[in-house]
Amino acid sequence: MAALLEVKALKAFYAKTQVLYDLNFEIAEGGITTLLGANGAGKTTTLRALCNMVRTEGTVRFAGKDIAGKPTEEIVRQRIAHVPEGRGTFTTLTVDENLRIAAYTRKDKQAVKVELDRVFSYFPRLKERLAQQAGTLSGGEQQMLAIARALMLKPRLMLLDEPSFGLAPLIVVEIFKILKRINEEEKVSILLVEQNAALALNLADYAYVLETGRVVMADRAEVVKNDENIRKSYLGY
Amino acid sequence: MEQLLEQLASGLANGAIYACVALALVMIYVSTDHLNFAQGEMAMFSTYISWQLMNWGLNFWVAFILAVLASFVLGVIIERVILRPLHNAPVLSVVVVFIGLLAICNSMAGAIWSYLIKEFPSPFPKSTFGFAGVIGPHQLGVVVVTLVVLGLLFLFFRYTPLGLAMRAAAQNPQMARLVGVRVDWMLALGWGLAAAIGAVAGIMVAHIVYLDPNMMSGILLYAFAAALVGGIGNPGGAVVGGFIVGVLENMVAYVGNMIEKTTGVYIIGNGEKLTVALIIVIFVLTVKPAGIFGRVVVKRV
Repeated sequence: MAALLEVKALKAFYAKTQVLYDLNFEIAEGGITTLLGANGAGKTTTLRALCNMVRTEGTVRFAGKDIAGKPTEEIVRQRIAHVPEGRGTFTTLTVDENLRIAAYTRKDKQAVKVELDRVFSYFPRLKERLAQQAGTLSGGEQQMLAIARALMLKPRLMLLDEPSFGLAPLIVVEIFKILKRINEEEKVSILLVEQNAALALNLADYAYVLETGRVVMADRAEVVKNDENIRKSYLGY
Repeated sequence: MEQLLEQLASGLANGAIYACVALALVMIYVSTDHLNFAQGEMAMFSTYISWQLMNWGLNFWVAFILAVLASFVLGVIIERVILRPLHNAPVLSVVVVFIGLLAICNSMAGAIWSYLIKEFPSPFPKSTFGFAGVIGPHQLGVVVVTLVVLGLLFLFFRYTPLGLAMRAAAQNPQMARLVGVRVDWMLALGWGLAAAIGAVAGIMVAHIVYLDPNMMSGILLYAFAAALVGGIGNPGGAVVGGFIVGVLENMVAYVGNMIEKTTGVYIIGNGEKLTVALIIVIFVLTVKPAGIFGRVVVKRV
C-alpha cells in the first residue's frame, strides 16, 4: 500500500519548548493507524503539527504534496479532516449550521446534499437534533456531530483526537463501530490518537507508540497488542 | 400626549442610528474581543466622502451607495494593513492603535474638508403626511433605512454560507480554520461590514447633527451604551439596546419638561439627557452585567 501521509523529522514547539523530536511515521492509504502513549507523550501535538496549529519543522507529505508550513485552512482544503480533542463543534451554532459550515470549502453543492444523507445514515440521531444548538447536545452526540462534521469535508484522511474522551463506555463502543464503517465504506484513512490503548488497538491495523515526543515502537496493531512488555511499559494495561 | 409621541418618535430615529453604530462595534467585538474606539470617526469620514461625492454633483442615493462601498473597502484595508500585524499584540497596544486611528480620521477630515460645520441634505421629501405632527419625514426615513440595512445584515448572517463562515470564525477561530474557513479574511470582511454600517449611520444622522469632524463623538458614546445595555457579545441585543437608549434619553427629557411645566421646578431637561441615560446604563449593568440580552455562556466540559 502506498503511504498517504509521510512524516519525516517532524519537530514541534510550544513557544521555546520542544515537544516533538524528529518524528518519522507513515499512514497507509485506506488504513487505520493509531498513535499511542501516556499523557504528555506528544500525541495531540502530533495531530496539531500535521495541521500546522503549532510551530513545526520537518517534512509532511500528503498524497505526494508537501504540506508542511502551509496555513491550517489550506491543509484542510487538501481534504484532511481534524477532529480536535474535546468535541470539535461550534457550540453556539445549530447542528444544521455545524454540518453546513463543514462543507463550506466544497463547490459541488449537489454532492454535499447526498453527503448529508449519508452522514445521517451513520448518525441518525443528529437528524432529530438539526435545529438544536450544538452546545446543548450530550457529550456523545457532540462527538458524533464532530465526526459528522469531519465527514462533510469528504476527507481522504481523518485525524481523530481521543474520540472516547469523557464518554460512557457504551457510547464509545458505538462510535468506534461507526469509525470502522466509515473507514471501510467511505475509504477514509484514519489517524487515531487514543488514551484507551486496548480500544484503539482493536480498531487499528498499525500502531506507533510515542514517549516524550519520540517514536519508541512501530508495528502492526496485533503485534503491539500481544507484546506484553510494550503493554506494560507504555500502555499501562 | 402628542408631545410624548413626538419624543418617542424622535427617540426611535436616534435609536436607529445608535443601533447601527452599536452593531458595528459588536461585530468587531465578537470576532476580536476589541472595542473599536475609532468606529465613530470612521463613520464621520465616510459621511464626508458622501458629502464630497454630492458636491461633485452626484445624486444623494448614488453618493450614499458609493460612500458605503468605499467605507467597506477602507475597513478591509485598515484591518489588513494596520490590525493584521497586531493579531498577537496585547490589548493595550490595540487600544492605542484604535485611539491613533480615531485621531487620524478626525484630523484628516479636518485637513481635507476643514472644521467648519456644514449642512447636510436629507434625501427624504419634505411633504406632510398622516403622522406629520409626530414624526418628521427625515426621522421616519432614517428608521426605515436603518431597519432595511439591519434586515439585510440579518439575512446575510443567517442564510448565506459566507455569513455562516463569518459567524463560525467569530465563535471559534481555531475550529473555523479546521473546516477550511480563511479566518483572517473573515476578520477583514467583518471590519469592512462594520465600516459600511457605520457609514450608513453617519450619512443618516448628518442631516440632524450637521456635518463636522466631531459629529460622531456623542453618538459613539451612546452606541457604546447601547451595545453594553444589549449585551456586548450579542448583535441583536446591540440593535435593541440602540433603540432603548434612544427612546430612554428622550423620555428623560420629556419627563423633565413635564415636571418643570407642572411644578415650575427644573430637575432635568435636554441638557442632562446624556447623564441620565448613562446613569441608567450603569444601573442596568450593575444589575445584569452581561447586558439585558447578553447570555452568560454555559459550556459543557
